[in-house]
Amino acid sequence: MVNKPTRQTDNIIGKDLWNIQLDEHGQLKHFLTIEGLGTHILNQILDTAESFAGVNDSVKKVPLLRGKTIVNLFFEASTRTRTTFELAAKRLSADVLNMNISTSATSKGETLLDTLRNLEAMQTDMFVVRHADSGTAHFIANHVAPHIRVLNAGDGRHSHPTQAMLDMFTIRRNKGADFGKLRVAIVGDIMHSRVARSQIHALNTLNTGEVRVVGPKTLIPKDIESMGVSVFHNLEDGIKDADVVIMLRLQRERMQGALLPSEQEYFQLYGLTEERFKLARPDAIVMHPGPINRGVEIESSVADGERSVILNQVTYGIAVRMAVMSMTLGGNISSSNTNPENQEKK
Amino acid sequence: MPENINSILIKNARIIDPKNQLDEQANLYIQNKKISAIGDAPKNFKADQTIDASKLWLIPGIVDICARLREPGLEQKADIETETRAAASAGITTICIPPDTDPVIDEPAVVELILRKAKQAKQSYVYTLGALTAGLKGEHLSEMASLKQAGCVGVSNTRYPINNPLILRRAFEYASTYNITVFIEAQDQYLSEDGCAHEGAIASRLGLNSIPYAAETAPIAQVLELIRDTDIRVHFGRLSCTRSIELINEAKASGLKVTADVAAHQLHLTDMDISSFNSQYHVIPPLRSQRDMEALRRGVAEGTISSICSDHQPHEPDAKLAPFPATEPGISGIETLLPLTLKLVENNSLPLNTAIASITCNPAKVLGLNTGHLAIGQTANLCLIDPEKEWLLNADDMLSHGKNTPFSGWHFKGKVVQTMIEGNIVFSL
Repeated sequence: MVNKPTRQTDNIIGKDLWNIQLDEHGQLKHFLTIEGLGTHILNQILDTAESFAGVNDSVKKVPLLRGKTIVNLFFEASTRTRTTFELAAKRLSADVLNMNISTSATSKGETLLDTLRNLEAMQTDMFVVRHADSGTAHFIANHVAPHIRVLNAGDGRHSHPTQAMLDMFTIRRNKGADFGKLRVAIVGDIMHSRVARSQIHALNTLNTGEVRVVGPKTLIPKDIESMGVSVFHNLEDGIKDADVVIMLRLQRERMQGALLPSEQEYFQLYGLTEERFKLARPDAIVMHPGPINRGVEIESSVADGERSVILNQVTYGIAVRMAVMSMTLGGNISSSNTNPENQEKK
Repeated sequence: MPENINSILIKNARIIDPKNQLDEQANLYIQNKKISAIGDAPKNFKADQTIDASKLWLIPGIVDICARLREPGLEQKADIETETRAAASAGITTICIPPDTDPVIDEPAVVELILRKAKQAKQSYVYTLGALTAGLKGEHLSEMASLKQAGCVGVSNTRYPINNPLILRRAFEYASTYNITVFIEAQDQYLSEDGCAHEGAIASRLGLNSIPYAAETAPIAQVLELIRDTDIRVHFGRLSCTRSIELINEAKASGLKVTADVAAHQLHLTDMDISSFNSQYHVIPPLRSQRDMEALRRGVAEGTISSICSDHQPHEPDAKLAPFPATEPGISGIETLLPLTLKLVENNSLPLNTAIASITCNPAKVLGLNTGHLAIGQTANLCLIDPEKEWLLNADDMLSHGKNTPFSGWHFKGKVVQTMIEGNIVFSL
């Protein structure tokens, strides 16, 4: 037993991971990680997203965040994620500033904090942040001015909470709100995947019946069982009777670090083919955070098949991001604000 | 300090000197910078100064086997003057610094520069390790014999890799020819590549690149095999794994002359502490599991790990102001070496005598220095401690130029009230 005395001073660098996301009323303030958020918050995000899903369909705007400025602060290349954040912000009538900052530029002298201070000075209200280092979103949330909200759009291998929530949204739309009866298998490069980590937290917070991860030992992080998953190294066993199969993207650079021998062998062992997908439940759906490597982790006929919800995921991504933006920045959202009759014409 | 004080009486202190198996309430007499008597006064002794220490402990000046003072090369972080002052305030009178300064300590001129600066600062004795290979590059042997002549108490390649085992073997042979101890900081550069956290549940959850046990144990095993059947003296610094302790134990049992130390923070923190990405807990080797921390404590209690060091690494604030993996590892630990060691006594993890030995005579022995004890005739380097004084560490109050510590806000019991070098008071509370 460590006899650790109570710490009286709270070091600014390390405020508590979970508390920092919530304000004094327990409402979502920043969205950095799924971990530590209660079931009610996740359901609130899903419900709010549901109310925005219609907004997307009619391509109209709601005035919720009019006058707010949202900065997409991307230190890592991304097209799709940044675009959906941008669309979400615009549909909420916010002003959007896209900043693509290569990490080499910051290493030339300007620190991450310098960059933040500069953007704060431009009277911004929210940073949507993507960065290659795990823990960046927390670091930023710990150091921004009090009025600024931070959304994590992916930090290293740690967390990608909006992606996980749009996946939950997709599952809920297809399988209903009772996650307890579901068996979900996440297949592939768990080791390097922030998406997988956030999905695992989200699925477990929503009381999913069983969460499985499937992959070779080189791509499964040590002691991952402690996050509440069962580990499979064989794809057939791993997806057997699954209700949801989530395929992860395999990065080409994994061949260099001796993590895998070749794409061919990977596809042979872990590629989702039609034949293998039959092992899952007959009404199982297949998901993928994209972009897809056809013929590496998934066969085209499965990716484009009728049980694939991959394109739905992209659509729902906008609604979920609108939900999180409005919850963190918009304060109380009354139903009148999202009621189509009150929406302004584009 | 006034130089005309030649004789000092320290009255009624509890004198704790593990090397000489002394633990008793007694007077200690200092004449001409040396300890002239313990107990009864020497003939014709007349004190120029008397210190009432009836409620204090008197221990040998503390010996820190590994502290980085950042000079030369990284003076934006700290320098010899600031850090030796901090050391004195923490009861430390002897410091050994590793050779990874800039320029590297691989030629006598650098040693001379450091020793001269330390002498000017007049706060504590500073010793250096020399580089094991030229420029720490792992390719050519350094001029070890010259470095020893210039004052180096050992050689080390710190964490810089020597990838060719033949070069490593020859470096050992060459060092032992001149009776030089080789100091190893075991960490395989490939196995620990880009890592900043212990491989386990916490790093997996936080998505941090991890460092497996084997990054430390594999190189230790390699070194032990390379020095089998030799009389080479090797010291393994900053152990972090249970298995490392077992390896050292096995080597000792087979007659190898190996010793080991651990950083004080490794005896109090675990990987649980990095859960909130607090960069103050970013250290190398990484904080490991609770099981490892307990094994390290046992290793010290049982003597496998003879010494506890500060592993002092002061930083400027910016070095810690970044996302966790992008921050520089290390703790400004020189002022918490004694407090953290005493806390182990308070926790009943360590007997007081062993605790004091692990920061005085034991590290002195590893460094081959006749210090860290209180025999008659020894130079009067010592430290007075108020064992009952309770206090709260505030990073901003530390004298070290580096305020990077995870222990800010911790309560401690026992505080240095006076530090003496050669009979001169260099610190007084």
